[in-house]
Amino acid sequence: MTLLSVEGLGIGFGGIKAVHDVSFKVAPGEIVSVIGPNGAGKTTLFNMISGVYQPGSGRVVLEGEDVTGMASFRLAQRGMSRTFQNLQIFQNMTVLENAISGFHLQERGPVLADLLHLPSSRRRARAAEAGARELLARVGLERAADREAGNLSYGSLKRLEIARALAMRPKVLLLDEPAAGCNAVETEEIDHLIAEVAASGTAILLVEHDMKMVMRISSHIVVLDHGEKIAEGAPAEVSRNPAVIAAYLGTEEGADADG
Amino acid sequence: MPRLTAKSATLLVLAALIAVTPFFFPSGYYYRVGALIFVNGLAVTGIVILTGYAGQISLGHAGFAGIGGYACALAPTHLGLHPSLAGVLGAVISAVLAYLVGRPILRLRGYYLAVATLGFGILVAMVLNNERALTGGPDGIAVPELGLRGLLKDWGLDLTNGQFWYFFCGIVLLIGAWIALNLHQSPGGRALRALHGSEIAAGTVGIDVARVKLQAFVISAVYASVAGSLVALQNKFITPDIAGFMHSIEMVTMAVLGGAGSVLGAIFGAGILTLLPQVLTVLAEYEQLVLGLVMMLVMIFLREGLLPSVLRKLRGRGE
Repeated sequence: MTLLSVEGLGIGFGGIKAVHDVSFKVAPGEIVSVIGPNGAGKTTLFNMISGVYQPGSGRVVLEGEDVTGMASFRLAQRGMSRTFQNLQIFQNMTVLENAISGFHLQERGPVLADLLHLPSSRRRARAAEAGARELLARVGLERAADREAGNLSYGSLKRLEIARALAMRPKVLLLDEPAAGCNAVETEEIDHLIAEVAASGTAILLVEHDMKMVMRISSHIVVLDHGEKIAEGAPAEVSRNPAVIAAYLGTEEGADADG
Repeated sequence: MPRLTAKSATLLVLAALIAVTPFFFPSGYYYRVGALIFVNGLAVTGIVILTGYAGQISLGHAGFAGIGGYACALAPTHLGLHPSLAGVLGAVISAVLAYLVGRPILRLRGYYLAVATLGFGILVAMVLNNERALTGGPDGIAVPELGLRGLLKDWGLDLTNGQFWYFFCGIVLLIGAWIALNLHQSPGGRALRALHGSEIAAGTVGIDVARVKLQAFVISAVYASVAGSLVALQNKFITPDIAGFMHSIEMVTMAVLGGAGSVLGAIFGAGILTLLPQVLTVLAEYEQLVLGLVMMLVMIFLREGLLPSVLRKLRGRGE
């Protein structure tokens, strides 16, 4: 069964093809990793899937529905959530409020009830807060709940972003370098968390530079280089693939793979 | 719950200020100044929701104040409405206009709202100035008596005109502050502050950014409209100046000076900018110069606005 299907996705910026004809599928409970050298187009691919960029060609299909280029809030309503490589935290809020925001779709209601502090509005807010505290405990941030989000360490913000994304109980979760900037212990924690979330049936699409982590937890790996898919398969297969090795280590005529 | 106390604390401070300050008034004139501060504070509370919470800037909110004000002048004579209902009608018209102006604009990111509202404000002021037959033109128009003071007198509460408007506007301001504070901690208010923090992240958690921005814009327009109605009813007279560009700028400046993110701060800003010109009249033509200088200094040294910056300093020292 396929939950998310990416079909021939491509985009160009000013005549340069950033991503070209990339296809793959993600099933519920699966962890699919997208790897490739810097500048291979991984984040661009994520931005197209999650509605930040309009793809130039191809389709994104979520649960059988064509959601290509759909606004991110509509994708969220359909069960897609994501985190960002360069963090998108609500810096103007506390840690707890950031986590509560993840419950937006569950806690939103008539704005008139919010303005007048009606019991229905309070009930929605209370339920979201309880859920948010639970999630903060799960990512180890419960003690930081009332701190301003801007004051947290980078690793903590990464976990906060994951907590916020999990609040939506997403069907598919896009994680863009969740372990970047984290130490070994934090990386392992995030690693466990991702495995746990996948085990609960969420489809996970992961971009990560930590190859040990990728090899350990991925069910399937897609390799990009210069915006094109050069390999795909189980971790063991991919790590033996000559094209992949060439892309990472560079070949004689193209020693610029790390561009 | 510490948040609950922050809200009640704000309301208590406001209520105490409204109730206690009259004991220090040297003359009845100060009731008028007080009422003016409250009315400005009410309009600025709407700016807090739009600018402080949602991070959107309007340069035409005086247009809504004009609509609220002229509704109280025109609806009683032309439609036979009671002045209070005329104020409600003004608020409804303002809300509908805000919706119509905001809907196409707020889909776009960036400063389009500031430019579009600028145009809207100028348009309203032009109509009020030029439709002499209806609005009396630049000379203004009379507004009928609200009549509530007479009613209170019949019930045994005899207030001077100044006292009545002071307390009436004070109560309306308290209600307005209560509503804005309710919104702050509610799901809807959280969505506004979230989009202020990051529109991209707001989208990924399912917030329909254009829609909630529009909500904030409509709500803040209603605040401005009610404030305009109060000015008209209190003065029993209104001129197109109320919808003028300078009035729009004044609202934003009051909010930013006091602290656009905080209801109490913004009302504080309204108080200062209402009082300062009265104090600075001794400087005659240099008044604007000093005002501008004060504003620049605040923006350079106290970015969050006067009140939040000062509170933060105090808190920092306490720890």
